[in-house]
Amino acid sequence: MRPAAFSSEAVSAIALTLQLATLSTLILLVLATPLAWWLSQTRSRWRTPLGALVLLPLVLPPTVLGFYLLVLLGPQGWVGQLTQALGLGPLSFSFSGLLLGALVFSLPFAVQPIQSSFEAMGARPLEVAATLRARPLDAFFTVALPLARPGLLTAAVLSFAHTVGEFGVVLMVGGNIPGQTRVVSTQIYGHVEAMEYTQAHVLAAGMVLFSFIALWVLMRLQSKQRRKQA
Amino acid sequence: MAAQFSLCVGSSPIARRIGLMLSAALLLALPSRAQQVQVAVAANFAAPAKALAAQFEQASGHKLALSFGATGQFYAQIRNGAPFAVLLAADEETPEKLQAQGLAVAGTGQTYATGRLVLWSKQAGLVDGQGHVLRAPLPGRLALADPRLSPYGRASAEVIAALGLTLRGQAVEAAHIGQTYQFIASGNAALGFVALSQVYENGRLREGSGWIVPESLHKPIRQQAVLLRAGSGQPAAAQFLSYLRSAQAQALVASYGYSP
Repeated sequence: MRPAAFSSEAVSAIALTLQLATLSTLILLVLATPLAWWLSQTRSRWRTPLGALVLLPLVLPPTVLGFYLLVLLGPQGWVGQLTQALGLGPLSFSFSGLLLGALVFSLPFAVQPIQSSFEAMGARPLEVAATLRARPLDAFFTVALPLARPGLLTAAVLSFAHTVGEFGVVLMVGGNIPGQTRVVSTQIYGHVEAMEYTQAHVLAAGMVLFSFIALWVLMRLQSKQRRKQA
Repeated sequence: MAAQFSLCVGSSPIARRIGLMLSAALLLALPSRAQQVQVAVAANFAAPAKALAAQFEQASGHKLALSFGATGQFYAQIRNGAPFAVLLAADEETPEKLQAQGLAVAGTGQTYATGRLVLWSKQAGLVDGQGHVLRAPLPGRLALADPRLSPYGRASAEVIAALGLTLRGQAVEAAHIGQTYQFIASGNAALGFVALSQVYENGRLREGSGWIVPESLHKPIRQQAVLLRAGSGQPAAAQFLSYLRSAQAQALVASYGYSP
């Protein structure tokens, strides 16, 4: 009996992964854009500590991040107590908890590229906009944001791909529950531990292919953009 | 020129619709008739657990949702409100600790499998059936799981001590028994102590050579199951635990390289 390449388990894990990555990327773009703008413009003394805080998930081991999220979101943690007081129950081991985790561990991947774009732009375009009597908010939407387009694109692709690829945090916060928090990476882990190497290979190779294509498309778009600007 | 921003914000209803569609598809995929029991399974028991689950599901009509992970990780998760009904741990300390702390139902701990240790090499003929290879200068590195973290690692250290061996500089420690197997299977270590269940199939070694270590050389590696607080109101969870004690389940477990 040959196992089917894509079992219903695999399909459910893939659907959940795509749902998680799509939602977290959209939310991250909305959250990261103003944050990146503030970090690129402010002269506040909070700029460097906050910038460091945003970068923290990039260097922390996923087990550390996952453990703290687990404790924070759990019934004794303050986020867990808050969500329980709001009648939502603890978020750990639920899709919402996974989504919150994804927002944290992919945050630097969203903020960094947008911030770099804003910084590369310099003060000049906004000064010109101001002399043309554009109000700051107006100038942000009509001048700064369009100029930061390559950064927004990079942020979207990187945070999507990174969420798809994350394993340690997802395993810790999600609990690897089929149909609820079992994504492709934790599904592969289960296959490897059960020595079901064929199924593991199918999913793992799919992951490699997906990540390669995502990065390739990103590089192409970036080089096209650069040619346009040149 | 404002088009770029509306693309960022304006697409959230679409995302919500996609999310709703996906959630609906997932809900439809779940069966509504039988009870679903969430079981946390020590990763080293993944293969037999799947076979046991299939047998139990067929006999009872209930559904088991198996989650695989490390026992220590499950302990942290259960303390923080994980919804698991049953834990199949890789040791006996964790279920005992959970019972003592009121996170598991007291008195429900039971040994569902006793692990066997094997000195194994991927190379045929390298390990003899009596373990004499340990007496001679070793042919390369010897891998074992971290004795402080893994029950199999602790048993390995007990065997080394019982045989009076000194392995200075030749032993490499892996984080867990799965990694120990990978060290040896990839050829980075010539031989090492792994769980028999990792290299055993249909009553014999799948490949390579090995010495099945006599159980007299180490304390028994008991893997215990326990009914967790979240499962105390679920009859199907208790039913699964009593199925694990059945002769049928025990025979299935033994066929994967565990002691009966």
